Amino acid sequence: MIANFGFGALLICFVVSLYGIGAAIYGVRRNALAWTESARAAMLLTWPLLTLAAVSLVYLLVAGHYEVQFVYNVTSSAMPLYLRMTALWGGQAGSLVFWSWLMSAFASAVMLRSWQRDREFQPWVIVVSLVTLAFFLGLVIFVENPFARFWQTANGMQVISMFQPAGGTLLLPPDGRGLNPLLRHPGMIIHPPMLYLGFVSFVIPFAFAIAALITGRSDDRWIRLTRRWTLVAWLFLSLGLVFGSRWAYDVLGWGGYWGWDPVEIAAFMPWLSGTAFLHSVMIQEKRGLFKRWNLVLIIITYSLVIFGTFLTRSGVLSSVHAFAQSSIGPLFFSFISITFLISMALLLRRWNDLRSEGHMTSLLSRESLFLVNNLLFMGILVVCMWGVLFPLISELFTGQKVTVGPPFYERATGPLFAGIIFLMGIAPLSAWGHSTIKTLGRAVWKPALAALLVLIGALAAGVRSVAALITVFLIALTACITLYEYGRGVAARMRRSGENPLTALWRLAGRNRRRYGGYIIHLGVTLMAVGIIGIEMFQSETQGALKPGETLELGRYAVTFRSLAQFDTPDGRNVARAVLDVSRDGRPLGQLYPRRDYYYDSQQPMTIPGVRSSVEDDLYVLLVDWQPISSEGATFKVYHNPMINWLWAGGLVFILGTFVAAWPSREELAVVRVPAKLAVSEP
Amino acid sequence: MENSLPKSAGGLKASQPAVRGSLKFIIGGALILAAVVYLIAASLMSPGGTQYFLTVDELNGRAAEMTGREVRISGVVLGDTIQYDPKTLDISFSVAHIPGDNQEIEKLGGLAAVLKEAAHNSSLQHLKVKYNGAKPDLLKDEAQAIMTGKLGADGVFQAEELLLKCPTKYEEAVPEQSTN
Repeated sequence: MIANFGFGALLICFVVSLYGIGAAIYGVRRNALAWTESARAAMLLTWPLLTLAAVSLVYLLVAGHYEVQFVYNVTSSAMPLYLRMTALWGGQAGSLVFWSWLMSAFASAVMLRSWQRDREFQPWVIVVSLVTLAFFLGLVIFVENPFARFWQTANGMQVISMFQPAGGTLLLPPDGRGLNPLLRHPGMIIHPPMLYLGFVSFVIPFAFAIAALITGRSDDRWIRLTRRWTLVAWLFLSLGLVFGSRWAYDVLGWGGYWGWDPVEIAAFMPWLSGTAFLHSVMIQEKRGLFKRWNLVLIIITYSLVIFGTFLTRSGVLSSVHAFAQSSIGPLFFSFISITFLISMALLLRRWNDLRSEGHMTSLLSRESLFLVNNLLFMGILVVCMWGVLFPLISELFTGQKVTVGPPFYERATGPLFAGIIFLMGIAPLSAWGHSTIKTLGRAVWKPALAALLVLIGALAAGVRSVAALITVFLIALTACITLYEYGRGVAARMRRSGENPLTALWRLAGRNRRRYGGYIIHLGVTLMAVGIIGIEMFQSETQGALKPGETLELGRYAVTFRSLAQFDTPDGRNVARAVLDVSRDGRPLGQLYPRRDYYYDSQQPMTIPGVRSSVEDDLYVLLVDWQPISSEGATFKVYHNPMINWLWAGGLVFILGTFVAAWPSREELAVVRVPAKLAVSEP
Repeated sequence: MENSLPKSAGGLKASQPAVRGSLKFIIGGALILAAVVYLIAASLMSPGGTQYFLTVDELNGRAAEMTGREVRISGVVLGDTIQYDPKTLDISFSVAHIPGDNQEIEKLGGLAAVLKEAAHNSSLQHLKVKYNGAKPDLLKDEAQAIMTGKLGADGVFQAEELLLKCPTKYEEAVPEQSTN
C-alpha cells in the first residue's frame, strides 16, 4: 500500500517535471509570464512530492517491509532505527531517490529568491534543473525502482515487479539481508549525504550558466548570483571527501585513507574542476577575463557530477570494474554525452560574445598565477581521467587490458600538487594586473626565511628524502606566507584604529570574508598536506602472533597482548575483542581494543582497529586472527602513522575557512552592490 | 610623480602589441601542458605504473613472457585449497580461470553464476597463489580474487595486493527462503 503510494508520488513528480520543462519553454516562446509562473509552480511542487516518496521509502525501511526488494537488500530486523533510516542511501535505488529529493529541494530554494533583476534566467534555470531531475526520476521509475516487490506467480515463478502479476501473491521474506557491515558506521552515514549535497548544489551554478548562454547575457551576472551556491557545493563536496577518507581509515582496516580507487577518483574529479572554477571566476569578476573558460569549467563539473553520482552510488565493494555490469550504465553515459554536447554547442554559439574585456600582461600577476593554478588542477583531473579510462583505451587499441595502480597516480599528481601548494603561497602576494619578481620577492623573503628554518629543522630531525624535504619546505612557505598576510592585515588595523589583536583579526576577516576565508582554507590545506606527507612517506608497520603477555614493538611503541574475549551482542553481532597494553619508550599509555565483528545477518566480518591518536602520530592496531577455543594467542598488525591527525585537523580548518568565505557579509545582507568596474581596484 | 605611475603603466600596457603579450602566456601554458603529458607518460612507463590485466588462461599461455613482470590477475578462489598460517600470516590458495570480458560473463549468466560454475569445474586451468598478510575477510570459496603481483619461475603467483569480491552478497536476488 505504502509502496504504491510512494511510487505514485514519484510518478506524479516525473509528470510534473516534464510539464514544467514544457511550460517553461513554451512561456519563453510565447513571451508569456503566466507560463513561466506555472513552470515555477511545477518546480516548487516536485519537492513535496519527492518528500512523500522518500518518507514512504523510509517508512518501509523502518517498518521492515521485506517484500520490497530494496528494503530486503539493505535492512534487517537486527539493525537499530537510525541505521534503518539511513539505509535509504545504502543501495542504488534509494540513493537515486535521495539524490532527486536533494536536487528538488535546492532547485526549489532557488525559485524562492527574488528574480526581479534576472527574469530572463528563470525559465532556463527551471528547464535545466527539471531536465536533470526528470532524468533521475526516470531512472528510479523505469530502471531502478526502490518500491519493486517480490511476487509469486500462479505457476510458482518468483518475480520482482512493481505491480501484482496476474494471479500473483506477495512474497514476504521473514527478514532482510541487512546493510553491508562496512556501511554501518557513522562516517558512512554522513559521508554519502555530504557528497550528494555537493554534487547536487553544483547543478545550480550550471543551470545559471546555461541560462546565461541561452539568453545571451555575457556579463558575470550568473557567477555573482551563484557564488554562494558554488561555495556551498564545494564545501559539501570537500566534507564528503574528508568524511569518506576518515571512514576508510576507521573501517577498511588497511591503515590508509585514500587508495586511488575509481570510485574515490570519481568523487574527487568534480572537486578538482570545481576548485579550478572557484578560483577562475574571481578573475572574471575582477578583470573580465576567462569568460569562456569559466563556462567550460562549470560544464565539465556538471558532467563529472553526474558521472560521479553514477560511479559512487552503489557503495564500496562494487568499485572494481563493476560499473560495466549495471543496467543503468548506458543511460548515464548517454545523458552525460547529450548534456555535455548541448552545453558545448550553446557555448560555441555565444563564443564571440564572450570575449575577454582585457588581456593579461604580466606573467606574475594574480590573474596569471590563478590561470596556472587552473591548469595544474585540470592537469590533475586529466591524470585521474586518464587513469580511470586507461584500461578501456588500451583494450580498444591493443586488445589488451592494462590497468594503472596507485603508484601511477602518486607519481603523476605529486609534482602537480606540489606546484599547487607553491602557488597557494605566492599567489596571494601578487597584485592584480601587474607584478614583477621584485615586488613578489619583497613580499616573500621574510616568510621564506621562516620556511627555511623549518626545512633545517626537518633535516636536523633526520628527514633525508628529497621529495619529503621539498614538500616540507613548500608547505612551510605557504603556511608562513598565509600567517604573515594575516599578521600584516591585523597589524595595519591595529595601527589605524587602535583595536586589540583579536578584534582586529575578527574585523579583518569580517571585512573581506572571501579573501581571509580563502587564507584559512589554504592553511587547512597545508595542515592536510603535512598529514599526507606523514602517512605516505613515513608510515611503518609490523605484524606478529602473540601469546598473552608477549610484546610486539614498532619504533618507540610496544604493544603487549593481555586477553581476548568473544561474545554476542543484542544487535546481531559476534564480537572478538582483544585487550592490549600500549607503551611508548617504556612508559605505559593505556589500553587498545582492536576487534572483529561478525554480522550474523549478512554473514560478513568487519575488522575495527584500535587506535591511539596524538598530535604527533597514530598507533593503529588490527586484530587479524586468533585461536578461538583455547584463547592461546592472537595475531596483530600494527601501523605507525606519523602526523596523520594533521590531515583531519586540516580538514576541520578547511571547512571553517569555507564557512567564513561563504558567510554573507553585512554589505551583501544590506544588498548594496558595487558595479563590476569599481571592484577592479580592490586588491 | 608616484601618483602618475599606475596611469603611465596602464598606457604602456595598451600600447604593447597584444600578440607579443600573449605569446609568453601561450609558451607558459604549453610548458605546463607538456609537463602534465610528461608526468602521465613517465608514470605509465615507470615500474609498477601499469599492469597487464590477465585471466588465468592468458597468464598460463604467456607464462614465459610474463614471469617476473607485475601483472594483475582475476580468478575464482577455490575454497578447499586455502591454507593459512596465523603465525607467519602466509596464505596460499588456488584460483581457477574465469573470463575477463564483462560481456562474456553476462552471456554466461552473470558473475555470480560464472564464479559458482568455475569453482566446481575441475577442467579449468588453475593458478597457485601465495600471499603474506592478514587473511582477508572475504577470502573464501567462490569469491572473485583480483591480485596484483608477479609470477615466479616456479609457476606460483606471488601476490602483493589481494582484492576480493563476493558478488552474491550484493546482487539483488529473490530470497531463497520466504514464507507466504
